Amino acid sequence: MAKPAVLTHPESLKRPAGPSDYAKDPVNAAMSKADKLALYTKMARIRHFEQRCIRIYQQGKIGGFLHLYVGQEAVAAGTISLLGKHDHIITGYRDHGHGLMVGMGMNECMAELTGRVTGCSQGKGGSMHYFAPDKNYWGGHGIVGGQAPLGTGLAYAVKYMGLKGSCLAYMGDGAVNQGAVHEAYNLASLWDLPVIFVVENNGYSMGTSQERSTAHPGCLAKRAEGYNMAWDVVNGHDVYEVRAKTAVALKRAHEESKPTVLEIFTYRYFGHSMADPDKTYRDKEEIKEYRDKKDPVLLFEQELLREKVLTPELSQKINEEAMAEADKAAVFADESPDPTVADITKHIYWEEDNRGPKTTSRGTIIFE
Amino acid sequence: MAVISYREALRAAMREELKRDDKVVIMGEEVAQFNGAYKVTEGLLKEFGPKRIVDTPISEAGFIGLGIGASMLGIRPVMELMFWSFSYVAFDQIVNNAGNIRYMSGGLINCPIVIRGPANGGTNVGATHSHTPEAILASHPGIKVVCPATPYDAKGLMKAAIRDNDPVYVMENTILYNDKGEVPDEDYIVPLGVADVKRVGTDLTIVAHGRAVITSLKAAEILEKEHGVSVEVVDLRSIRPLDEETILTSVRKTHRALLVEENKPFCGVDAQVAYLIQSKAFDELDAPIHRVSSIDAPQIYCKRMEDLQMPNVERVVAEALKVLA
Repeated sequence: MAKPAVLTHPESLKRPAGPSDYAKDPVNAAMSKADKLALYTKMARIRHFEQRCIRIYQQGKIGGFLHLYVGQEAVAAGTISLLGKHDHIITGYRDHGHGLMVGMGMNECMAELTGRVTGCSQGKGGSMHYFAPDKNYWGGHGIVGGQAPLGTGLAYAVKYMGLKGSCLAYMGDGAVNQGAVHEAYNLASLWDLPVIFVVENNGYSMGTSQERSTAHPGCLAKRAEGYNMAWDVVNGHDVYEVRAKTAVALKRAHEESKPTVLEIFTYRYFGHSMADPDKTYRDKEEIKEYRDKKDPVLLFEQELLREKVLTPELSQKINEEAMAEADKAAVFADESPDPTVADITKHIYWEEDNRGPKTTSRGTIIFE
Repeated sequence: MAVISYREALRAAMREELKRDDKVVIMGEEVAQFNGAYKVTEGLLKEFGPKRIVDTPISEAGFIGLGIGASMLGIRPVMELMFWSFSYVAFDQIVNNAGNIRYMSGGLINCPIVIRGPANGGTNVGATHSHTPEAILASHPGIKVVCPATPYDAKGLMKAAIRDNDPVYVMENTILYNDKGEVPDEDYIVPLGVADVKRVGTDLTIVAHGRAVITSLKAAEILEKEHGVSVEVVDLRSIRPLDEETILTSVRKTHRALLVEENKPFCGVDAQVAYLIQSKAFDELDAPIHRVSSIDAPQIYCKRMEDLQMPNVERVVAEALKVLA
């Protein structure tokens, strides 16, 4: 067997983590104690939700693919914590963390995984296809990079309507070699659209390390230069840094209607999906190194302990509550009913679901 | 009622809808400054300005995807593909995104987008530019497909498509762009899913869509004059939704059916229509159903051969006589 590839994250990330350099950044200094606790709580909720999913998957209750966000929490948490009324988000299939961050409930999220009618998409989307448009969350998309043009279109719509807003279009490091992403980059820059492309670089596109998949590895964000776009790299283990650098990109979107590529270095502790035995392409030592020294939830906890925002007791309480919430969601998902056979042919066409006196179309649209 | 071309009818539909709804945006390659590769959008930039009429780079996956994303937030983009053949580089956006998002979100999100452009052979441009993907696309639940054959239908279907809250793909035909016909000046739509009996007859039903309707009408005249046969021509107009009743009503009257389309035979629209007729009107048939499709090969370049590859009047007449034999 070939020697596992070495992760190509920047040297700075390999140093032991200390206090955040970005704690005093204006966007973080402006946070109240309650804001900070809320952010920590949200990160802990993502962590415990995902860990509860593992058990349910292993019990055979979740079909299909399950791509976990464990290790990457600070990315969704940091970026989404800054968003306002006209800021939208869209992502790929590793979408649970974003859903919980925008305010989706654990129940609807868990029930979607087990294919229940109480799920956020009524059991029609699954793990890769969470949606909450009422919370400006436009999915949850299964095809690598396919969401990048959609996100660019959301930003286009925001601009067309004259609103001061943006769209954060997330993708993984594996998406940067997809044509749709490059076409989206070009359109975003050409038309000055307020979109922020967030590359969540966890080092591996499925089982292929960056150095085996990507010309010019080590800095994927720099490709933005080819499209005359601003870019930055971000330590995704430090939620304060994620917020600080996202704030700059958001300001660029809001004030100048200009796009940005943000490459956020992060790490996933589990395989690409639960179907990945995770034994062929990276060392266990590497995972341990990240878990022990760069865990985003742990680092933020330590930060807040130092700031005396958090106490060990409060932390324990927050984590226990998150675990209990995930447990309850698991029961809810278990006890919820399946969609019915009749439900299979609903939600295909708006017009069929909303037939009324004004409906003009006729004919057969669902075939035997 | 004015006599205008198929091209002008499409343009009139877009102009009226641009005026009616400020969320309507026309977008595509060369639609604005160039006035349209086939001049369908000629003059719209001058009338509506660059916010409403938008030139895109040659980047179908990018701009079609952008239009779908914008439609999720309530913009109503009318996207021009210079050829529907180019949809193949945007297939993920057209099928996976526009076609699936409503379903996968449990009905939370709509994509009220129109994608339009020519989808035809017969123009001597070879295989890559001659695709007719209506059957491929209509095979995906979530997508609607229409194929107008006349100026009247072109305008009415285009207006219905723009007002529709689901993705509607309008397949036009470059050979029909100069065809003229009567088109009302007042506001009207042709509802999706309503076929049209373009010629009434009693001995044989020809079911066709797109330019094959025009070919079939010409064949029907010859069949009547030279063979004394009364042919009914049903124009599907809309592929999905499909007006099954009008097809069946006609077949129940004539008891014979010939299906004509420009697609290649394998899994063409008429494969579905043939299934429909045998399953719902089997006992009505006095003869097997026949089909005339394009000869099953990539589109040939040589014009003389391409004219033979596609359904033409002679092939339709010959096949009709077999059904009537």
